[in-house]
Amino acid sequence: MEDQAKNQFQELIEEIFREEASRVLASLIGSFKKFELAEDVLQEAFLAALERWPLEGIPARPGAWLYTTARRKALDRLRRSSVLDRKQALLVTLAQVEQELESTPDALVEKEFEDFPDERLKLIFTCCHPALNQEAQVALTLHTLGGLTTEEIASAFLLSPTTMAQRLVRAKRKIREAGIPYAVPALDSLMERLDGVMAVLYLIFNAGYTATTGETLVRHELCAEAIRLGRVLVELLAKAGLRESPELLGLVALMLLHDARRSARQGEQGEMLILEEQDRTRWKRSQIAEGEALLERALAHRIPGPYQIQAAISALHCQAARAEDTDWFQIAMLYSELVRLTRSPVVRLNWAIAVAMATTPGRGLELLAALESDPNLQNYYLFHSARADLLRRSAQWEKARQSYHRALELSHNAVERAYLERRLAEIAAHQNLE
Amino acid sequence: MRYAALIYGNEATSVNMTEAEQAEEYNAYVAFQQLVEKSGALLGGEALLPTSSATTVRVREGKSLITDGPFAETKEQLGGFYLLNCENLDQAIEIASKIPGASKGSIEVRPIMEFN
Repeated sequence: MEDQAKNQFQELIEEIFREEASRVLASLIGSFKKFELAEDVLQEAFLAALERWPLEGIPARPGAWLYTTARRKALDRLRRSSVLDRKQALLVTLAQVEQELESTPDALVEKEFEDFPDERLKLIFTCCHPALNQEAQVALTLHTLGGLTTEEIASAFLLSPTTMAQRLVRAKRKIREAGIPYAVPALDSLMERLDGVMAVLYLIFNAGYTATTGETLVRHELCAEAIRLGRVLVELLAKAGLRESPELLGLVALMLLHDARRSARQGEQGEMLILEEQDRTRWKRSQIAEGEALLERALAHRIPGPYQIQAAISALHCQAARAEDTDWFQIAMLYSELVRLTRSPVVRLNWAIAVAMATTPGRGLELLAALESDPNLQNYYLFHSARADLLRRSAQWEKARQSYHRALELSHNAVERAYLERRLAEIAAHQNLE
Repeated sequence: MRYAALIYGNEATSVNMTEAEQAEEYNAYVAFQQLVEKSGALLGGEALLPTSSATTVRVREGKSLITDGPFAETKEQLGGFYLLNCENLDQAIEIASKIPGASKGSIEVRPIMEFN
């Protein structure tokens, strides 16, 4: 019994830590300008909490407690470090912190931490700095802001923990050596840099969204984490008095709307279900409502962009009570706008499918024929699977069979393959009847 | 922090420039230099003669190996550099983006190794 209570208490501490860690870390980096040092002492503060909170009780302001404790430990480390390690800049920090720490009682430091502006915005922009490669940006963001362990991130991206650890170490070294600033970018480059941050959040979300059953649970947590970080970003920009970004609102709306339908994409046996086969009562209504509200707030700015348009498409799907109620005409219009903005061949493919649904499969097949020579699509399984679906809808069984086969050759995902094989079996049945 | 901004470009196009184009490029560099001097970030910089004038030296097992030409034959060649003193990478990137060569070739921004 005692053990159980102890475990529950430890879980509670871990939960509090997870909630507070990124803000405390951001403040520590702000004070000491050293990424690794900040991470190390935060970890030590967490261990101290595990030891002391069960005896002393959980402090009223756990974040401030962690910050004060970690700061003290950082100072100890700096004092102990050899003279050679004490670079000029560090000595200034050391002297400053030393003076502050000795002249200010802990209670006051705690209060300061509470009143301190949230430093996480700086941390987000540092982690997503374009001088880091995008894989590193994703890993760093999850590690420092999402509080995921190296092992968790490694398993989410199907890499070994060693590889992921190396990636993180390299990224932190680049930040230090290249002088990547710990700052919110100047206004003239803010919007451009925000694009980079949004791309990272969307990558994190998609890594979770495209995960299938049989893969680790952590991958699904990526969706929740990307949404959480998106919300935090909206809040932080507002707190910093910066202009609201309609595209950021659109991105959070898009992720909420997609995620609301996520679990319905799989049947009882884990098989993939396309939109028209999904049980729409399994869609999360409250999450859809939240996404729609955010989308409306974004659209009110009247500065459309790709994330907002994709969110609007997703919202139209969510609004249809039955698959046949889907407003495909409006979806096709939104896709044509998206084609204009992004020029992406994959978007063109989606546009063709929407047109087919709004008009006839034949019209869609004509549009697909025009895309056939695009080298980006030739080896893309969804192109062949979409064409196969349209051929199936127009009862061209033999051609449909060939296209499903081509799609099958190109797909490496077990759930997708099972879907394609199911369709091939259906077609074989039709062909036998004729 | 100190940074080197290394200017890479295609020499072949520079060789084929008309006099007017050469004058235009020269003026662009003069304007850039004045701008950076004013910001206090400029520590120095030089333009280099084309790689046809380059000699590469290697010493292996005590023997000097001298070859004609640059270290690597690439599409873009190192044509010059600036030495900058900047607050951080963002400032260095901002200045590098104003170097006239950035709009045709590429600028590699490298922190200087400090020994202290």
